[in-house]
Amino acid sequence: MAKTLGPVKRKFSPWTDPSAVPFIRFENITKRFGDFTAVDNLTLDIYEREFFSLLGPSGCGKTTLMRMLAGFEEPTEGRILLQGKDISGVPPYRRPTNMMFQSYALFPHMTVEKNIAFGLQQDKLPKGEIAARVEEMLKLVKLEQFAKRKPNQLSGGQRQRVALARSLAKRPQVLLLDEPLGALDKKLREETQFELMDIQHTLGLTFLIVTHDQEEAMTVSDRIAVMDKGVIVQVATPAEIYEAPNSRYVADFIGDINIFEGTVTTTESALGAPGKVTIDCDGIAVAVEQGCQAVSGDKVAFAVRPEKVRISPDQPADTSVNAVHGEVWDIGYLGDFSVFLVKLADDRIVRAAQANVSRLVDRPITFGDMVWLHWPLDAGLVLTR
Amino acid sequence: MAAVSEARSDENASPFRWLVVVLPYVWLLLFFVAPFLIILKISLSDTAISQPPYTPLFQGFGALSDFLAQLDFENYLFLTDDPLYIQSYLSSLRIAFISTVLLLLIGYPIALAMARAPLAIRPTLVMLVILPFWTSFLIRVYAWIGILKPDGLLTLLLHSIGLLGPEDQVQIFRTDYAVFVGIVYSYLPFMVLPLYSALEKMDNSLIEAANDLGCPPLKAFWRITFPLSLPGVIAGSMICFIPITGEFVIPDLLGGADTLMIGKTLWTEFFGNRDWPLASSVAVILLIMLVVPIMIFQNQQKKVA
Repeated sequence: MAKTLGPVKRKFSPWTDPSAVPFIRFENITKRFGDFTAVDNLTLDIYEREFFSLLGPSGCGKTTLMRMLAGFEEPTEGRILLQGKDISGVPPYRRPTNMMFQSYALFPHMTVEKNIAFGLQQDKLPKGEIAARVEEMLKLVKLEQFAKRKPNQLSGGQRQRVALARSLAKRPQVLLLDEPLGALDKKLREETQFELMDIQHTLGLTFLIVTHDQEEAMTVSDRIAVMDKGVIVQVATPAEIYEAPNSRYVADFIGDINIFEGTVTTTESALGAPGKVTIDCDGIAVAVEQGCQAVSGDKVAFAVRPEKVRISPDQPADTSVNAVHGEVWDIGYLGDFSVFLVKLADDRIVRAAQANVSRLVDRPITFGDMVWLHWPLDAGLVLTR
Repeated sequence: MAAVSEARSDENASPFRWLVVVLPYVWLLLFFVAPFLIILKISLSDTAISQPPYTPLFQGFGALSDFLAQLDFENYLFLTDDPLYIQSYLSSLRIAFISTVLLLLIGYPIALAMARAPLAIRPTLVMLVILPFWTSFLIRVYAWIGILKPDGLLTLLLHSIGLLGPEDQVQIFRTDYAVFVGIVYSYLPFMVLPLYSALEKMDNSLIEAANDLGCPPLKAFWRITFPLSLPGVIAGSMICFIPITGEFVIPDLLGGADTLMIGKTLWTEFFGNRDWPLASSVAVILLIMLVVPIMIFQNQQKKVA
C-alpha cells in the first residue's frame, strides 16, 4: 500500500491531515434492536465538504448509522458529534441535517413547489425569500416547468429530483442520501451521479450517501466506508478500496476479482516495508512485488483483478510464477470488455478481462481454446484478513 | 403485457361474462329501484281505509290516465304544513351531525393508534374492533338500557367509587345523551375501519421527512397525516352520518319521548297512524335529502381527481 493511491477525483484529502477537525464524528457507536446488533462499536470521522459513502450489503447497518445521524434512531451506546457538539437527544426537526429518502417520501397532496417550500416554511422565512429559494432549487434540478405538478404526475427521475431539491432547499450542513438513485434506470442513474457531484461541488456541502451499489459509491465518493455486519471493514478512497482492499471481504465486494487461498513460501523484506512474497496456491505459484509482512507458512489469500490478467494463446516467457494454463470455459461479452472464464486442469476457474479495442467480431480466442493467463508482479495483492 | 391480457380477455368473452356485469344491476333494480318506485307511487296517492291501506298500485293500461290523474303532491304539501316533520328532519340531521363529530373525535385516535401499532398485532386489533358484531345489534342496544337506566350499572359503579351520593342516580336514560351514547357505541367500528385503512396505507417515511425538514410531530400530523387521511375521514363520516339520520332502534330504545328523529316519525306514520302515503313521502324526502348531497360530493371528487 506504499504506492500512491490518492484521490483521483480532485485535490481534496483532509483525512490525511492530522490537524483537520472532523465535521461529523461517530464515536464508539453501538445500536441494538432487541437481540440484534445493527451497528457494533463503530468509530468514523467525516470531514467538511466530503462526499462520503457508506457501502455494504443490505442489513450491514449502513442505513441505521445514517438514521442515527438524522435523529430517527438514538444510539444504544456512544455519541455522535457534529462540529464538535454532541447531538444525542436532539430531535430530527432540530438537526442541521436533511435527508433524501430512498422512497423519496414526497408529500403526495402537495405540488412540487410546496414540497420544496415545506422545509423553508418550518423556518418561518419571509414569503419572498421562500419563493426565491424554491425557484433557485427548481432551476438547480431543472424542473422549472413542473412547479405546479403533483408528485403522481411526475416520472421516477423527476420525483427523485424533487426529493433532492426538497432536501437541499434548507442548505443543510449535511445532506444524507439513502439509496438515492436505486429506483432509476442505469443511464439516468449515471447522469444523476455526475449531477450530484456537481451540485455537491457548487454548494460546498457535506454529503453522506448510503448505497449497496459499488459503482455508484466509486463514482461519486471522496471516500468509501465498506461495512459488514455492523462494523466498518475499510475506509479509503475509491481507488484504494479497489486496488488495495484490506481483506477478502472488501476485495470480493468491490468489483470482480480472482481469489486463491494459499501458503506463503518465501518472503523478502525491503527495509521494513512489505517486500516480495511468493505464495503457493495449491500448485499455482504466485508472486507479489509489494506483498505483506508475512513469514513462510502463513495462510493468506492471493487476489488479482480480471482486467490485470493477460490472456493469450502463446506461452509466456516465464511460466514458473504468475502464469496458469487452461481451457476457455465461457466468454462474457460486455461490449467494451470481454470476460473469459478459464478452467484450469484442477477445475478452478480464473477470470480474465480483455478490452475489446478493435471492432473485430471474430475474436482470436474462443470457446474450448487452450490459453495462458499471466500477470505482472505488481498486479496481484496479498490478503491476510 | 397489456396487449397480451387484452387478447386473452377477448378470447374468454363467453356468454357468462355479461352476466357478471348485469347481475348486480338486476339485484339493484329488483330490490332498490322497484321498491322505491312503489314507495314513490304510494307517496303520491291517497289514504284508503282498506287492506292494504293505500289505493291499488296499478289497474291495467286502460286506467293509465285515470291513474296519473289521481296522483298529486298533497302528502308532500302536508309535510310542510305540520312543523313536526321539519323538526324531525332537522333534529335527525342535528343528532347525526353531532354523533358523526363525536365518532370522528373518538374514532380517529383509535384508528391512528391501530395504524401505528406493531405490524404483528394489527390483525388482532382489527378483529377486536369487529368483535361487537358477533352479538346482535339489538341485544347490544338493550344492554345499554341496563347500563344507563337510573338504577343501572353506571349508577352502581359511580356509587361504589363514591362519585355519586347514595341517593343520587344517573339521569341520562331516555334523553338525547343516551341516544348519543348508543349511536357512538354502535357506529364506532364503521368510523374506525375506514380511518384505519386510510392511515395504515400511509408511508411512515412521510412523517419522518416532515420531521427531518424541521416540522415537529404535532404540526406534522396536521400538515401531513390528517390531509392524507381525508378520504378515510369522508368515507367514515358518510358511512355513519347516513344511517344515523334514519336511525330508529337506538332513539326508540334509549331516547325519550321528546327525542325527535325521522325514523321514529316514519314508524309512527306507517304503523301508528297507518297513513302509508304520508309515511312514504316522508321516506322519499329522507332519501332525496341524503342522496343528493352525496351525488354532488362525488361529482366534485371526480372533477378533482
